[in-house]
Amino acid sequence: MTFDDLQNKANKIRQDIIKMLIEAGSGHSAGPLGAADIFTALYFLVMNIDPKNPNWEERDRLFLSCGHIAPVLYATLAHRGFFPLEELSTLRKFGSRLQGHPERKRLPGIESTSGPLGSGLAQACGYAYAARMDGRKFRIYCVSSDGEHQEGNHWEAVMFAGKNNLSNLTLLIDRNNIQIDGYTEEVMPLEPLADKYRSFNWSVLEVDGHNIEEIANACSHARAIFENPTVVVCHTIPGKGVGFMEGKFEWHGKPPNTSEAVEALSQLRTLGGKIKSEHE
Amino acid sequence: MLNKSLHLNEKMFEDGAEQKPTRHGFGEGLVEAGRINERVVALCADLTESTRIIDFKKEFPNRFIEVGVAEQALATIASGMASYGKIPFIASYAAFSPGRNWEQIRTTIALNDVAVKIVGAHAGVSVGPDGGTHQALEDIALMRAMPNMVVIYPSDFYEARKATLAVVDNGKPSYIRLAREATTVITTEKTPFEIGKAYIYWESKNPQVAIIASGPLLYEALVAARQLDEIGVGVVVVNNPTIKPLDQQTLVDVARMCKAVVSVEEHQVNAGLGGALAELFAKNYPVPMEFIGVQDRFGESGNPDELLGHFRLKSKDIVESVKKVIARKAAAGESSS
Repeated sequence: MTFDDLQNKANKIRQDIIKMLIEAGSGHSAGPLGAADIFTALYFLVMNIDPKNPNWEERDRLFLSCGHIAPVLYATLAHRGFFPLEELSTLRKFGSRLQGHPERKRLPGIESTSGPLGSGLAQACGYAYAARMDGRKFRIYCVSSDGEHQEGNHWEAVMFAGKNNLSNLTLLIDRNNIQIDGYTEEVMPLEPLADKYRSFNWSVLEVDGHNIEEIANACSHARAIFENPTVVVCHTIPGKGVGFMEGKFEWHGKPPNTSEAVEALSQLRTLGGKIKSEHE
Repeated sequence: MLNKSLHLNEKMFEDGAEQKPTRHGFGEGLVEAGRINERVVALCADLTESTRIIDFKKEFPNRFIEVGVAEQALATIASGMASYGKIPFIASYAAFSPGRNWEQIRTTIALNDVAVKIVGAHAGVSVGPDGGTHQALEDIALMRAMPNMVVIYPSDFYEARKATLAVVDNGKPSYIRLAREATTVITTEKTPFEIGKAYIYWESKNPQVAIIASGPLLYEALVAARQLDEIGVGVVVVNNPTIKPLDQQTLVDVARMCKAVVSVEEHQVNAGLGGALAELFAKNYPVPMEFIGVQDRFGESGNPDELLGHFRLKSKDIVESVKKVIARKAAAGESSS
């Protein structure tokens, strides 16, 4: 797939996120839309996976720490062939495998149950530590939101990974600067975020979180760092691709209504490859 | 009298009877588990010596992971290791784990359904001088309310060792509650132990009350049974090491036989063993019950023995509760006849 194909894939994933949310009538909009390029990069380029064999022993693992952006994970998994696209419309409904927040035992491709924030990195650390004990070669990825960096549990894990030089672990932060109550730097400032990681013995890379090539290159670069774990700070725009949602914390935790969804889909359908070109 | 078939410690009532802490039973059991199963790993939050995880650390340094004073990380790192396929034991004081990391245990271990073994040491008021902050009295309630969780409260050294070995292969998230102090050795290596089984340790002729105990206070219950026997009051004493899942058959059978129950535990009477039994009996065979335990209060500093006395957790308190429940049973009998 070319990068243009991947951008189109991310666009399709964004459209499915909007359709899922309107069907569900609840859920988070801004985070999933903003992280679509990160997930496309991971699942279509970076990670060594086999959708037909989701429990393949040698697969790379992804721990989604901020479980509330589940729609982007579900849509990406479906587009990658883990389960039928039609199932996306069952999000948040009774009996669905697509729970409001992801549950490991319900859906193939889900490595861990998450939702309560700040606990995903520690699980990824435990997994990475155990895999290294046994000399396993696969990599462990974790996607974390910026807001959940306010949780103590997350920093306990940052310390642990730094102490143990978990170089088989790559953390991608969706740095979109919003959380439910407002902008992160107003609610509880996180900056200087990259320096915080450096001081905890991590390698730090920063990328445009909407440039799939950059994200994938950073993950490749991380694979070549054997000294310590790597964090890729992905600078993103929450709600990316839907003008009236972009950059607005008010869209953190609510779905669009019907007319908003029609507008959002129309914007996304006419967007083509624009997201990438903005950054060229 | 003591149930001969269970190979109990026949010298338990003698002066100078052997005393060992349950946490030491865990420490030995964990080393043994490590030898039997190479997937066993141990994690600790800066309390290797007092939780007795230290012996495992010495024998298997590469399978021991120190996470620092970070109980939330303790639970969540272990969750990741368990989902990989290791069998992690995590140890701290019960006041901190599951006290501080309850939500992490709930989401990343119980709901996630990965087989982490949570070991809560220094539970109960018998922790002593450290005081109320460190005397976990709510941990059984926290853990037994959680789906998928097995809850075990061993009564002595050998039972703690057996429980540790038993949870290695049960494939479930499991909680083992331990005490700090050396307590009387009640069982022997030959005494049977199975997760989910309750055992009748004492049975008098014509028993009028079933005393059902979990943890080291089982010994106080057995001492009480002896005293009651001397004054012609017959009881059954049940050792109930598994609080979840309960051995419903055995427990309902003893309730039916005695028609009155006293529960005994070093834990809040709210939602601990007594609560679990009350739920079981209310549903299956309602009987009058008395509850030996901490009565909705926090602990405080003191030496273990004076605290057990202060909180009315000794054999004489059990004797009193037995008499009380017999009186209630008689009154209920009269009013219904």
